[in-house]
Amino acid sequence: MTETTQQILSIENLDKAYGTVKILKNINVSIEPGEFLVLVGPSGCGKSTLLNCIAGLEESTAGDINIGGRSMIGVSPKDRDIAMVFQSYALYPTMTVGKNITFGMKVRGIPEEEQQAKLAEVAGLLQIDHLLDRKPSQLSGGQRQRVAMGRALVRDPQLFLFDEPLSNLDAKLRVEMRTEIKRLHQTLGASIVYVTHDQIEAMTLATKIVVMKDGVIQQVGTPNEIYNHPANMFVADFMGSPSMNLIPAQATSSGDGTKISIARTGGEYLTLSFDREIAGMNGSGAKEVILGLRPENITDPLSIVAQNGQLADCHIDVVEPAGSDTFVVTSLGGKQVTARLRADAEVVAGQNASLAFDLSKASVFEPESGARIA
Amino acid sequence: MTDMSMNNAQSEKSAARVRLAQRIALRFGLYALLIVFALYYLMPLFVMVTTSLKSLDEIRTGSLLSLPRELDFSSWATAWSSACTGIQCEGLRPFFWNSVLLSVPAVFLSTLLGAVNGYVLAQWRFKGSNVLFALMLFGCFIPFQVVILPMAMTLGVLKIAGTIGGLVFVHVVYGIGFTTLFFRNYYVTVPQELVKAAKVDGAGFFRIFFSIFLPISPPIIVVTVIWQFTQIWNDFLFGVSFSQAGTQPITVALNNIVNSTTGVKEYNVDMAAAIIAALPTLFVYVVAGKYFIRGLTAGSVKG
Repeated sequence: MTETTQQILSIENLDKAYGTVKILKNINVSIEPGEFLVLVGPSGCGKSTLLNCIAGLEESTAGDINIGGRSMIGVSPKDRDIAMVFQSYALYPTMTVGKNITFGMKVRGIPEEEQQAKLAEVAGLLQIDHLLDRKPSQLSGGQRQRVAMGRALVRDPQLFLFDEPLSNLDAKLRVEMRTEIKRLHQTLGASIVYVTHDQIEAMTLATKIVVMKDGVIQQVGTPNEIYNHPANMFVADFMGSPSMNLIPAQATSSGDGTKISIARTGGEYLTLSFDREIAGMNGSGAKEVILGLRPENITDPLSIVAQNGQLADCHIDVVEPAGSDTFVVTSLGGKQVTARLRADAEVVAGQNASLAFDLSKASVFEPESGARIA
Repeated sequence: MTDMSMNNAQSEKSAARVRLAQRIALRFGLYALLIVFALYYLMPLFVMVTTSLKSLDEIRTGSLLSLPRELDFSSWATAWSSACTGIQCEGLRPFFWNSVLLSVPAVFLSTLLGAVNGYVLAQWRFKGSNVLFALMLFGCFIPFQVVILPMAMTLGVLKIAGTIGGLVFVHVVYGIGFTTLFFRNYYVTVPQELVKAAKVDGAGFFRIFFSIFLPISPPIIVVTVIWQFTQIWNDFLFGVSFSQAGTQPITVALNNIVNSTTGVKEYNVDMAAAIIAALPTLFVYVVAGKYFIRGLTAGSVKG
């Protein structure tokens, strides 16, 4: 119980349903002060609904939300000590930038001088001082986004909520604003809950990621944990680009360790040794598994740490030079498998090449449930 | 090579010339058609204006389309202040003011209520809000005649039968369906996130309405005001059913002027009276007309 008082946000057993349709099922999440929590998942997974529940814009059906150690059931959005940034920016169209930013303070009856001081401070921080007399329609997408953030910042709340704030920006601006948000988080030490469907945004911004699917939390962890130890095949597939190779294989355990065999075209098998215990095998027998290997863990022999690499000749179907890397596609276990080679690796489509498999970072999944077993 | 390319260039030039000629011909045909229609629609107005400026003698002897030989404004003065509506001979003037006293508050109230209703139905959805909206729409399509009897009884119960207040009430009730439809369809294009942002900023229901939604509404307000003003000013059936001697609107008076004749039918006075009765709506269109079209299409294109 002493823990709860330290937490900025804690969500306990939260359910949300519209009629009989369950949107959120038994959500449990908490964040400490200064944490940057990213809710990520495909569209329709309930991440925005969860954010709206935290903001108080939607009522939860069951469970509790605590902000700053205070239960938020029946508390209206304005009394939750939060600020929110929306995907469409949601700037008030007839008000100037300055009025947009001070509107909340005006509503709460904060003295005019204090409003202006706050406005100047935030406008300086976001470099929008020269825009204060313009209307939102006279601003570019990036400027609107800054104003929307300014409106949240003047509030100086316990918790910031971001609802896909970068989705409406073009690719270049998105990367810039992403860096900006990260910098703001570091300078202000703010606590943030951030919703996105972009897994790269999630990886780069978060201190803690929550991956959701169909209203259920799949995994909570640091970006490193999520990337390297995905809890199930959904997380493995969703996070990372290009996504993880999920290869059907057979694991066999005996006295001299565990081996993983992958069927290749022509009835041959590629057999690799695996130095970890697979759950449920007890060191003996055989089992159908799914081997999860990131593209960077299949590479050319020169660019991998020697002792981890297990070499095998593979038939290269496609070569995709991407500038900084070269991606090649080969076929393993009846699946297209992507490998990531260094840029100047000499591979030719249609020929064989030696690839190095690094299984030290591999994941192994149960084919039926998709759960991680090693 | 050069020969061929020159030939090509020449044939391209002549083809371009043909296309230009076609385009001009099309334009010309279009304008001709539009002018014909404009003349067709302006013809009645022309007859009304010229007839109102002729003397009775000239009307009887001349043709309908001829211009007046000399301008005679006396029929306008008669229509305004001394034409007989039944036994009373004070012209349209008192009835004109009745109509103003009736239209202005009725337009104002129905527009305001429509704005609030539309705001609720578009942005504060609740269980059954769509059904309610459908019912209000249904109200737009109930013919006037159907509601006369129940409305008369309601006015009687409320003790406002035969008063201008009663007529205002009738028009507000009857207008809400349309005004709600206008405002609802306008506000439904406003992103819901705007309301959410304002809620997080701490603004309440009416604060959001007055600070955020009303300021973006001028186009749709203009549309609604024109629509409502035209409806209410031009209404005859409610006016004749729910008014009494001192509270009749101008449309009823116009009818009485035309129908109370002593011997000769004064066409010039009738025409002048009809134009006077129509002037306020014409005025509203001319002043606000360009906003009218803009407002009608505003919802379809995102600003």
